[in-house]
Amino acid sequence: MSKDTNGSGSNGNGAGRRGAEAFELKVGLAEMMKNGVIMDVTDAEQAKIAEDSGACAVMALERVPSDIRRDGGVARMSAVEMIEQIQKTVSIPVMAKVRIGHMQEARVLEAMGVDFIDESEVLTPADDEHHILKSDYRVPFVCGARNLGEALRRIAEGAAMIRTKGEAGSGNIVEAVRHLRSVIGEMRAIQAMPAEELMATAKNMGAPYELVLYVHENGKLPVPNFAAGGIATPPDAALCRSLGAEAVFVGSGIFKSEDPAARARAVVHANTHWQDPEEVLNACRGLGKAMEGIEMETLAENERLANRGW
Amino acid sequence: MTESSVLLHDFPAPDSPIVGVLGIQGDIEKHLAALERLSVRGRRVLAPKDLEGLHGLILPGGESTTVSKGLVRFDLVKPIAEFAEAGGALLGTCAGAIMLSRAARNHPVPTLGLIDFETERNAYGTQRDSFVAPTDRESKPGWADMECIFIRAPRILSPGTDVEVLARVDGEPVLVRQDRRFACTFHPELTDDLRVHQALIESFSR
Repeated sequence: MSKDTNGSGSNGNGAGRRGAEAFELKVGLAEMMKNGVIMDVTDAEQAKIAEDSGACAVMALERVPSDIRRDGGVARMSAVEMIEQIQKTVSIPVMAKVRIGHMQEARVLEAMGVDFIDESEVLTPADDEHHILKSDYRVPFVCGARNLGEALRRIAEGAAMIRTKGEAGSGNIVEAVRHLRSVIGEMRAIQAMPAEELMATAKNMGAPYELVLYVHENGKLPVPNFAAGGIATPPDAALCRSLGAEAVFVGSGIFKSEDPAARARAVVHANTHWQDPEEVLNACRGLGKAMEGIEMETLAENERLANRGW
Repeated sequence: MTESSVLLHDFPAPDSPIVGVLGIQGDIEKHLAALERLSVRGRRVLAPKDLEGLHGLILPGGESTTVSKGLVRFDLVKPIAEFAEAGGALLGTCAGAIMLSRAARNHPVPTLGLIDFETERNAYGTQRDSFVAPTDRESKPGWADMECIFIRAPRILSPGTDVEVLARVDGEPVLVRQDRRFACTFHPELTDDLRVHQALIESFSR
């Protein structure tokens, strides 16, 4: 079958029609992950557990965020052998993380055929001013955001999916809730605003006018909006969905708990049935202990991963 | 009076047909939006009782592994087969097409076996091999020049004698029909071309 409409080489968002098609394909994969759960995994065995539980994708990374937080040091893109092992093991999409601004880690993952790249604040940033120009790649990217301005800046750079930053590895949902309410509340305000106020709003939030206009007209982001950071229990997933997240990422919450297979399945169940409290209740039974959580007050500003990104 | 005519214009009529969208995982909302544009009522299906009163059921795109597991866990396998047996119309797109097929090759998953063809999962590769292409002139009348979005798409293999190939891309089948049951390997819900959804609705309206 002809694939030449997809462009050649790595420059998938080229000029004109071909560029539009490339973006359509990237957002298309993000659409397919809606109503699903994406799980952090550190080896093939965990990837299999995630797939068996009903996860719609896995995120391959060297250490889950809570271990990165504990161990300190520089956190980088995962070893390629580990990612390849996971690609061979599962049939669901495989995502992997690169450091903010690390264009060449992203090229390596693109060359490997990774399905989605997370330009992530969980890893140590490679550039403290600039993010990757994501429109320049064929592979789709997801980026974290704490507020609407940050989300729209990432979309302008070519991100095909936005997730809240939350506070990764904390087991504490409070930051994800704050970021979801912030993004969705700002969108509501922009939708209700008279059109002549949009330019000043765009200026104040540091976002492109065209994207602010899109939000004004459509009341939503032009790409899927997922939740991440601190989800540890089935009701945590249901809470994010009820606040407007279209799917959830679960990081340390699964494999730092007492019974990862049972918890993975339970989070998937609660995420699918988030509108039905009886089903969320069923998902809460027989799970063992959840991961340890961290109070936000005990985290100094410079220990908060969500503050990375600009 | 004015208010009700606005409502009738904007929303499907209260007595219009209802089409369900399997609500386990995937781009459920995109299909519900397509149905609304065709003035048909949509309903998310997550339990056997949700099938009551439906004229048709759409199995959306998503992850076939996730959807396949959900069908078993939520006891939907037999009820959907009975719904189809009783004359309910079906449309499966991408992962949904895999679910309707007789069997899935390449990372097998349990399927419903409601249309007589097999599927090869991730037949074109990973996301970097996803593509957009138009249906070709070998397609049946009315089905050519339709822009199709293929995302980690499956391939349709060995369609049975009762299966009609409606549309092809580069000679390969991408949309098939067996009576009131349709399957396509692309994503009509992601474009403005509503021909596939229209065909589903016409199949039970006649």
